Amino acid sequence: MAEEKKLMKGNEAIGEAAIRAGCRAYFGYPITPQNELTAYMAKNMLDKKRVFIQAESEVAAINMVYGAAATGTRTMTSSSSPGMSLKQEGISYLCGADLPAVLVNVARSGPGLGGISPGQGDYFQATRGGGHGDYYHMVFAPKSVQEAADLTYEAFDLADKWRMPAMILADGLIGQMMEGVVLPEERDLASLPEKPWAAGQGGGPRHVSSCILVPEELEAAVRVRFARYEEVRKAETRFEEVNIEKAELVFVAYGTSSRVALGAVELAKKAGMELGLFRPISLWPFPSARLAELAAKGKRFLAVEMSMGQMVEDVRLSVASSAGAGKADVQFYGRCGGVIPSEEEVLAEARRILGK
Amino acid sequence: MANKGKPVVDRERCKGCLLCVRSCPVKVLGVDDSPNSWGYYPMRVIDETKCIACGNCYTVCPDVAVTVWKL
Amino acid sequence: MELTYGHPKSLKPIQTKYCPGCGHGVIHRLVCEVIDELGVQERSVIMNPVGCSIWADLYFDFDSVQVPHGRTPAGATGVKRCLPDHLVVCYQGDGDLAAIGTAEIIHAANRGEHFTGIFVNNAIYGMTGGQMAPTTLIGQKATTAPYGRDPGEAGMGYPIRVCELLATLEGTRYLARGAVNTAANTRKTKQYIKKAFEMQLRGEGFGLVEILSPCPTNWAMKPGEAVEWLEENMISFYKLGEVKNTIDAASASPATKEATR
Repeated sequence: MAEEKKLMKGNEAIGEAAIRAGCRAYFGYPITPQNELTAYMAKNMLDKKRVFIQAESEVAAINMVYGAAATGTRTMTSSSSPGMSLKQEGISYLCGADLPAVLVNVARSGPGLGGISPGQGDYFQATRGGGHGDYYHMVFAPKSVQEAADLTYEAFDLADKWRMPAMILADGLIGQMMEGVVLPEERDLASLPEKPWAAGQGGGPRHVSSCILVPEELEAAVRVRFARYEEVRKAETRFEEVNIEKAELVFVAYGTSSRVALGAVELAKKAGMELGLFRPISLWPFPSARLAELAAKGKRFLAVEMSMGQMVEDVRLSVASSAGAGKADVQFYGRCGGVIPSEEEVLAEARRILGK
Repeated sequence: MANKGKPVVDRERCKGCLLCVRSCPVKVLGVDDSPNSWGYYPMRVIDETKCIACGNCYTVCPDVAVTVWKL
Repeated sequence: MELTYGHPKSLKPIQTKYCPGCGHGVIHRLVCEVIDELGVQERSVIMNPVGCSIWADLYFDFDSVQVPHGRTPAGATGVKRCLPDHLVVCYQGDGDLAAIGTAEIIHAANRGEHFTGIFVNNAIYGMTGGQMAPTTLIGQKATTAPYGRDPGEAGMGYPIRVCELLATLEGTRYLARGAVNTAANTRKTKQYIKKAFEMQLRGEGFGLVEILSPCPTNWAMKPGEAVEWLEENMISFYKLGEVKNTIDAASASPATKEATR
């Protein structure tokens, strides 16, 4: 019986997708705008006799994730910007111990307490690694409730496959809005991947640790991990393109701001202007190669973000590596503080750049 | 009167903290006058015949450098 | 001739990196003796914290999970909740537990988590070279309390009695404080550890054994002086014994009754 479409809040769709993906241990802490996710997990994880804990802090929650992940259990935590900041040390440890886990950031405006409306100012933290040391982890940015569910569901497989955390970088709008969603089917818990490295299987001892005190040994371990990052880059880079071929100017935007940019593309079409959208879905690995190709073809870019400009730097880096380096024009338009740009103002900026 | 026990020290493992010497109720243990390869002066069994196999030395030793055999 | 006091099977037979006279070595052995006696080496997991005992995974011959400083109880929660039939030992020093990890230990205890805390109280930060710890005594010197801990003028606060602090939480079932400065105290401490591990294996909520332990290097004393200093100064402030025990009355196994007579 095919799964029928349901009207669901983004936060809850993420929770349901995680449960269907075989998440057996969830650790959360209250923070707006992701509270519905924690509440959803409380009810549904306990109903299924799986582990649910409301931890005493986001710091404790990420370390509970670490403990669960160390036993090979599929595990997840969710939070929002300030809470994600508290988790960065734990995330660095997860990466340093090659532990799979799913991390959901329903981002809000900052810095500091900031506000509780949607924001994209956590891009650097998510894609550069907000903790200490050389590491990265996968970051996927959904633009809809459907994509939030699909990416969360797949994140568990990708985290296990590559032995590293996978982050879903949504925002308050995606978390709070309701949209139709077709949920993935329930995964059979008995068929989850084997994890010979995990603690608690007997026949050990197995040591889950990120502590390597001999410099050359730590360097070797980091280099092995970075070689794996290259494999992830080749295998998991994802993006979507709309009307790129004919576009005089290509918006580059992810998540909520990509919906606004798409609206501007449609408005422009009505006014006889050809604009395009390049939407990164994986923020790490960032789709640099494809952007470089487009730049080499002479495309011009306008990055649109709900921040003062963070992803734009990756666009500039990507374009700089293209054949026609330096020629390609990368502009930026952003609102922050939780303000969501309108399609009209984004279109007006495109007109200003194109002099139309 | 034959001793009831026999402490055996692992000279290399011992770090010379000598907590065992202090804990021995029959003063069977002492200090070696030549260091081990780490430079520690390890414990030396001075008079095994008086050992009563109480195991105090083993109990306080932080390095399991001394084991006790019951005769 | 029969070996009566020999090396525990679950403790690797190698020399440790701990300083001469350090209590960690004794405590590691006690944990392993009890694990051998309970026959659970194959299903034991040690959480090794950040501090001197970060070396734990070199010495315990069973699975280990190393977590950020202070987060050991949170890590242990994750491990135990996913491995309910395993013996999970949350091994911590006083900086890890009573300073940076205070929230984690209090809430793990308050949730009645089913792992067992082994809390090594040596009244100082060891690994980092002798700073004042939450358990440093009034007047005791440390690199960050050069004239001795002073709660008044310098506002360095007071030493924290962890067992008593946790005893107020309903989630805690067994809290005992031992010491490893004498053979007698060490044997008593082993009984507390055994009771706490047995309680965990019966699935009876949160237990923790606090163990006063000498740190000759950072107390700037010879090992012999350190165990005496501990006797004269720490034991009067940190009273030894079972601070809280709600299990004996309920269902202690005959073995523990006999052992603790």
